[in-house]
Formats: sequence, C-alpha cells, structure tokens
Amino acid sequence: MSRKPIQFTLNGSERATFVAGGQNLLDVLRRGIGDLTPKYGCGQGTCGTCTVLIDGEPHLSCLTLAETVEGRNVTTTAGLATGNTLHPLQDAFMEGFAAQCGYCTPGMLMAAKALLDRNPNPTRDEVVEAISGNICRCTGYEAIIEAILAASRAGAPRQYG
Amino acid sequence: MPIRVETYGGIDDAARALRENRTARYLGGGTLVMRSVNEADQSFDTIIRSTDKSFGQIQAQGDSVTIGAGVTMAGVIAHRDLAFLAPVARVIGGPAVRAMATVGGNLFASSPYGDFTAALLALDAKINFAGQTGPGTGIDEFLRDRSRFAQSLVVSVVVPRPRDASAFRFLKISRVKPKGISLMSIAALLPQSGGRIQGARVAYGAMGPLPLRATAVERALEGQGLDSGTIERAASVATEGIEPPTNGIATSWYRREVAAVHLRRLLSGQGR
Repeated sequence: MSRKPIQFTLNGSERATFVAGGQNLLDVLRRGIGDLTPKYGCGQGTCGTCTVLIDGEPHLSCLTLAETVEGRNVTTTAGLATGNTLHPLQDAFMEGFAAQCGYCTPGMLMAAKALLDRNPNPTRDEVVEAISGNICRCTGYEAIIEAILAASRAGAPRQYG
Repeated sequence: MPIRVETYGGIDDAARALRENRTARYLGGGTLVMRSVNEADQSFDTIIRSTDKSFGQIQAQGDSVTIGAGVTMAGVIAHRDLAFLAPVARVIGGPAVRAMATVGGNLFASSPYGDFTAALLALDAKINFAGQTGPGTGIDEFLRDRSRFAQSLVVSVVVPRPRDASAFRFLKISRVKPKGISLMSIAALLPQSGGRIQGARVAYGAMGPLPLRATAVERALEGQGLDSGTIERAASVATEGIEPPTNGIATSWYRREVAAVHLRRLLSGQGR
C-alpha cells in the first residue's frame, strides 16, 4: 500500500511526512514525527487524552485521518511553552497540583487552551463544559478546573495568544 | 489490513465510488469510521471522502433549513438559523467531538449514539442523497431500513423549522454530566393550533437499535391541550410497543421504568 506525502504546520513549524492509508494523526505525530505529547488512550474518541488543536479547534487526533490535516495548523502540548518558559496553563497545572498520574494532562491542557483562546474569562461551568470530553482516571477534576481558572486569571491567552 | 483512501473533489464522483464498492465507507468527521479503523474493523478496506465545499453549507429557505451533511455539531451550534437545534448539538460529545462529528454521520451512528437523528426524526426531516431528484427521502423511510442506504452518499438534510420555537423540545438523559452517553433521549414536536396539539411527533434515541417514533405517545397527545391530564395519559403509554435495549448504560427494564418520568418532564417543560 503506497504512502502519501502530506505537509502541515506543527507548533509553528512546517512539517512534511508520509502517511499510510487510514493512519490517524496521533500515530503520525507520535511515531512519524516524534511528538510524544498527545497520548493514546481509548482510540474511540472517549477519553480525550489525544486532543490537539487543528486550526485552533480541539480535535481528537486518534479519530483524525492524518491526510486531512494537509495544509492546516496543528498545535500540541509540545507547542505550549516558549523556550524554557512554560505556558500559564502549564504553570497553573504545576502550581495547583492538577496532574496526578499525568496521562490526561496533555488533552486537558489543549482543551483548556482552546477554551481560553476563545473565552479568556470563562465561568466555572464553562470550564467544566470545555473539559467534558476529557477523562481523568485519577478523578482530579477539581484541581484541574481550579488550575484552568487560575490560568485565566493570570491572563493566559493575553500573554500567548 | 491496509486501508485505501480515495479523495474526490466532487460529490458525484465520491457517490459513484461509494456505490460501486461494497467494502468502502464514507468518511465525514471521522468519529465513526476512524473508530472502526482503530478497532481493525475488517468489514471495509476503503475510505472515501470528498472535499466538496457544499457539504459544509447551511441554507435557510422559507420554512426549512438545508444542512450540508458535513456540517459539524459545532457548526450547528454556531449558526443563527439553527438555534432550535443548538440545544441538541450541544449535548453531543465534548467540544472535540462536536468539532468533528457531522450531521450526515449522525444519521448512521449506532445506538446508543445518534441523538441528533432522534431530533431530526421528530422534526420530520428529509434526506438528500447524491444523484437523487425530487423532494428527498423522508427520515421515517430512511430509518425503516437504514442498511439499504449504506452505499448512498448523504449530501444534505432538510429540516422544517418549527413555527413556534417552543413547539420543539429535546431532552437527553445521561448518567454522566455534562457529557455522557444517552440512557435515552426524547425529541418532541408539538405544534399547537387553538390550544390543541396538531401533528405531534415524538422520537426516542437509545430506546432501540435506531431512533424510533413513540407512536402511542403521539396518539395520546394528538388533538389535546398540553395539560396535566394529557401529560399523564401520554406518560402512561411512554414505552407501549417499544422494547428498549440493554447495554452498558442501562438495562431494558430500567429504561422502561424511567421513560415515563423523563417524558413527563419534557412535556411539562422541565427539559429542553
């Protein structure tokens, strides 16, 4: 089965790679490009830990046919920090002990970024809704919600757009 | 098994490819097909997709709105002409699912998914397939034998707009809030004339293999005022002729027990 070339922007950098027929974006990111920040959880679109942003909107990379991102902008957790400076959401998760086992954290961060980019001052209910597609097996939701609200107060989207 | 992906610019070419290949599946947003790919589903070996922009269009014409099959749930929520359907789209998955899942895909979702289709059933939507002429296929006919349309490409769905926004009601019941798989969903179109319901359509999701009409409930409502007596009579026949499924969310018995409670809430205006 032939492989198909695709080009897209990953965390601000142009990327070109080959994808196999039916290969999902998560697989391309992790095995093809080496960005291990999005995680494989359920492969069914239920857990949300593979969440990435495509053109700014949250998508489940495990359910995204890789070749559909041709020419589009993909953002993963690896693109949140600027050099050694963490994104305010990452700071808030760290300061607020919002990661326990950490497996859900990349998806939570990307779902939260999508929210704050669109709505810099969300209510608690809006935060709950924004992460409603992301499962935390440690059930650390309270700390995660508080961390997102803290990042909002710290001006996450204003600092990093 | 390797999967072959065929991408077509035009609808007709994609429709022909789908029609001629019984081991092909059409990819909309990916939430159904890619899940099957990940599960190594051996029933298909080809993915067909189209980049035709008309799949993503929404057009209001008179008393109805034509929704492209590729319109996502997020697209439904964002469009001013679909405000009556926004509460339905809003309870489907989390934000990432809503950014991907399409109206056309929902028509083919397996129970307990397909809540949007239950709403389309209550609204008496029509489905336009590629190459079809005429007014479209009624959703009742489509759901009567959905497998017949497996190799047909849905282009758009035509949804009559309720004249009175309050005439359309929707309620999704799930154990997990705010996002959870349906225990059941109820969609009801209850247009009134002179204080009496004329043309009631009530549909359930997750109460059968496919969304279905609650015909006994419709009969109890038809021609009546929506008062407490009517609501009680409708609730008393909530599951008449219906055999709810047992799955990981709830047993058949449980669904049968609680259906009347939730129907009563919907009809009395406690749910939307």
